[in-house]
Amino acid sequence: MSRSIALLICLLGGLTMLVSPFLPMATEWSNEVTDWFNILAAMAFVLGGGSLLKVQLMRLSARGPGWGYSAVTLLAFIVTLWVGLGKVGVVADPSAPTVAWSGKPDDEGSAFWWIYLYVMTPITSTLFAVLAFYVASAAFRAFRAKNLEATLLLGTAFVILLGRTFAGVVLTGWLPDWASGLRLENLAVTIMDVFNTAGNRAIIIGIALGVAATGIRLLIGLDRSYLGGDA
Amino acid sequence: MSGTLDRRWIYLGMMLAVALPILWNGVTGKTFPESPTPPSQACFDAIEALPEGSRVLMSFDYDPASEGELSPMATSLMRHLMHKRLKPVVIALWPLGPTKAEETIANVIKGDFPDRVSGKDFVNLGFQTGGEGVLKVIGTDFRKQFPLDRSGTPVDRLPIMEGITKVGDFPLVITISAGYPGGKEWVQYVSSANPGLVLLAGVTGVQASQIYSYYPGQLRGMLAAIKGAAEYEALVSAAIDGDRVTPPLYTEARRRMAPQLFGHLLLIALIIIGNAVYFSQRGRKAVAQ
Repeated sequence: MSRSIALLICLLGGLTMLVSPFLPMATEWSNEVTDWFNILAAMAFVLGGGSLLKVQLMRLSARGPGWGYSAVTLLAFIVTLWVGLGKVGVVADPSAPTVAWSGKPDDEGSAFWWIYLYVMTPITSTLFAVLAFYVASAAFRAFRAKNLEATLLLGTAFVILLGRTFAGVVLTGWLPDWASGLRLENLAVTIMDVFNTAGNRAIIIGIALGVAATGIRLLIGLDRSYLGGDA
Repeated sequence: MSGTLDRRWIYLGMMLAVALPILWNGVTGKTFPESPTPPSQACFDAIEALPEGSRVLMSFDYDPASEGELSPMATSLMRHLMHKRLKPVVIALWPLGPTKAEETIANVIKGDFPDRVSGKDFVNLGFQTGGEGVLKVIGTDFRKQFPLDRSGTPVDRLPIMEGITKVGDFPLVITISAGYPGGKEWVQYVSSANPGLVLLAGVTGVQASQIYSYYPGQLRGMLAAIKGAAEYEALVSAAIDGDRVTPPLYTEARRRMAPQLFGHLLLIALIIIGNAVYFSQRGRKAVAQ
């Protein structure tokens, strides 16, 4: 019974979204369906938090490899949640200076703001920056012109790497106007504009057809994997 | 060699390739000249074409991990909008987007355009969860998704929001995005559904190859990675500063082009050395057999 209800909701929601671009009266219905989706998306934050707690607590209690990381994750999660929900250190809003908690949790000067600025920002920026070191090491060890395809890829990489910097101008800026298409910066644009676009559009169209097929399978109940189990 | 070279030497090389140009920038204050590619020029032209007082929807769809590439774009775009006396309505589809927006507003508007009033000349409506769901709804009912601004004022009371009922009421939409939801979703759910609307996107290098597919049809202009940011920054500086010295805040992207240049040159050198070693070893093996 519960599965039938879920299938019915999926069918009605899907059909509403499908017909709304063609029926003006269905536009409001599709907005309602999207609202449900947004509410579910917001609930997913709670579900995600619960899942994180469960997984990390299990790893911590089992004392398996890397349990220390789980402890740090849990500590960070609980402290951030407490600081955000409790509005720790929040400065009162000027419109209501006598009302406690009237400011926003992430206003400048609050503990949440401090965590964001001095913990979150440096950590995420550092993680992203470290990629440059790994890419350099990987390029040295793995990027080999072993066959024609790999050689073409290598050549393309060189053009893009040089064309996206001032090196392109220095190396090929002397080319006359009638050969300006061969300047590295212009070659880089051509590669992105022609070859990359052609390949990507083919992929995007292929994905769109796949999404349409999957959507139809979901609507008519052939694909029930989203219900979980062996439905 | 490729199997024995300690990767720490490579890491050291990369560190020097990035750090020395940063120091050079800091000491000399010099940057490389930038000539704009068509997608960057298109961004500049789209903003220039708007009449004074036009409202522009600006979405901050990124977080601190991508701020190295995207924050300079946001700064230059905001400066250009303010200089043209356009009115940005700021939203975010990423949870940490509003904070990046607040930083940009504090640096650019409160720093250099202090006469502009929140709610009248610009506004930050904050984050809304739901990804493409949000974009779908604002296509027909903007206030349903963004009923209040960041300070809790109903948008019905904001002069800047007068007459805005749906996303199609904005003549120009800008997304600065680092992934999902971002440029692709704005094209699919906003640009495609509103043929008269002009959409611009500032994206990371990783996203650029995918987003390029929508340019120049559904996407009028695009700033691709730090290179795109530097090109746009140069255009804006030339238009606003002329021969005057550009404040350091507005040279961030161009200052990052020197580390990028030497980082790229190191990568190319490493690939060439790695291949030279590979082919010499393969040649020796063939002779031995």
